[in-house]
Amino acid sequence: MLRPISTIGSYVLLMRRVFTRPQKGRLFWQALLFEIDQLGVDSVGIVAFISTFMGAVVAIQTAYNIDNPFIPMSMVGWTTRQSIILEFSPTVISLILAGKVGSRIASQIGTMRVTEQIDALEIMGVNSANYLILPKVVASVLINPVLIVFSMWLGIIGGWGAMLFSKLVSTHDYIHGIQIDFQAYIIFYALTKTIFFAFIISTVSGYFGYQTQGGALEVGQASTKAVVVSSIVVILFNLVLTQLLLG
Amino acid sequence: MIEAGHIDKYFGENHVLRDVSCKFYPGKTNLIIGQSGSGKTVLMKCLVGLYEVDSGQVSYDGRNFSVMNIGQRKEIRQELGMLFQGAALFDSMNVEENVMFPLNMFTRKPMDEKLERVNFVLKRVNLENRNKLMTSELSGGMKKRVAIARAIVMNPKYLFCDEPNSGLDPITSNLIDLLIQELTYEYGITTIVNTHDMNSVLSIGDSIEFIYQGQIWWSGNKEEILHMGNKELNDFVFGTELTKRLRK
Ligand SMILES: Nc1ncnc2c1ncn2[C@@H]1O[C@H](COP(=O)(O)OP(=O)(O)OP(=O)(O)O)[C@@H](O)[C@H]1O
Ligand SMILES: [Mg+2]
Repeated sequence: MLRPISTIGSYVLLMRRVFTRPQKGRLFWQALLFEIDQLGVDSVGIVAFISTFMGAVVAIQTAYNIDNPFIPMSMVGWTTRQSIILEFSPTVISLILAGKVGSRIASQIGTMRVTEQIDALEIMGVNSANYLILPKVVASVLINPVLIVFSMWLGIIGGWGAMLFSKLVSTHDYIHGIQIDFQAYIIFYALTKTIFFAFIISTVSGYFGYQTQGGALEVGQASTKAVVVSSIVVILFNLVLTQLLLG
Repeated sequence: MIEAGHIDKYFGENHVLRDVSCKFYPGKTNLIIGQSGSGKTVLMKCLVGLYEVDSGQVSYDGRNFSVMNIGQRKEIRQELGMLFQGAALFDSMNVEENVMFPLNMFTRKPMDEKLERVNFVLKRVNLENRNKLMTSELSGGMKKRVAIARAIVMNPKYLFCDEPNSGLDPITSNLIDLLIQELTYEYGITTIVNTHDMNSVLSIGDSIEFIYQGQIWWSGNKEEILHMGNKELNDFVFGTELTKRLRK
């Protein structure tokens, strides 16, 4: 019982060192652009792939499950839109990113720790926590919402594509469906979640990487731990945020 | 001068440093020698504040480092260069970027001045025109030399080298020793070198602290070390087959 508490304590202490003004603005901007490329642009492919196919599957399942003639087929568009925007894109894609981005952050920082690169930074008088972790956090918080909006579009398009090929629902019905009763608030809800999740994934992974001790084996363990813990925290916060924002 | 006064350091139950007091002089290569596991690296990391001491204090030219806060330590750290046991080069950067890093971080010099300085120190370590190599493309000895270049690029007053020649052939290791000594004399640096290599001890040991099971067991210099009656010291000094035979 004590271990989680002391972990949270040292996480908070580390974050106090992370969230300070960068020592050299120019180096921070350079690092930020680099991380946006590494953490964001590099994830576009996997996000596109998963979103399109999941959108297609959601639409097909819904279409097959409507066997009551009184339910209009446009409901397929509506259901696809709702599940993609409310849950699938912000939560599932964030979990995918926790795996991809989280393990990358933890193993990179962990390797720097065990090869004394972090000590080398500290010795020079650099705040290594700030220098290494802050650009990754800011990059994630900026780029993940973009990835998630992209994922929403592709999910809905994927559903449409599946209907087009399977001829289960006409394009007219599908398009009509995705427009029924649209509230901009659900986008706000989804992006708020996304930003929280991006923050959780990048800081938790940064924490586990930074605390690594030992050698290559421990770097591997740190990166696994980063993915597992950030996924669990994301799932817990998903419940809390949903209750707060939709309740 | 760097002074350590009555330092104790524990890792859990393991009492690694026991009441260590020693002095390191400017313009000299000060050696810390001892067996593997005797506490050399821990002592060095306590001196620079990467580990906090459990008791005792460290002072830099009379400035008590142990009681300073992060901001005050930062000032001292900018006068300090360190070569780590594994070189610790930033693996996402090439040679030039590694060496230039402290200049980028702490100075506002224009690019051409910084480049000039980088090329100057790279020349000092015999690595001219290797600027664009990535660290993965370097041999062990080259890595150490790049790390030395990075450690001296800011003109440090204090230079710490943790086993600068471990894992290198005798010729390269000798070159690195001489390079460290030359820089020390030329700029009057207070240099501290960890080593268990007797060759280095005899060639650059201006002042030597022998550490045995976490205690300072003997202090002296390279002239005295061969003529001492101390058993633990002699076991260390004449530890290899070669020296045992020569002694006979
Ligand atoms: N971070 C640490 N946590 C726990 N124990 C440590 C740590 N670092 C060193 N020790 C212990 O301190 C002792 C001294 O280690 P140190 O690294 O100083 O040896 P050394 O003299 O530098 O040896 P070598 O010549 O092999 O580098 C060892 O018993 C080691 O197990
Ligand atoms: Mg050592």
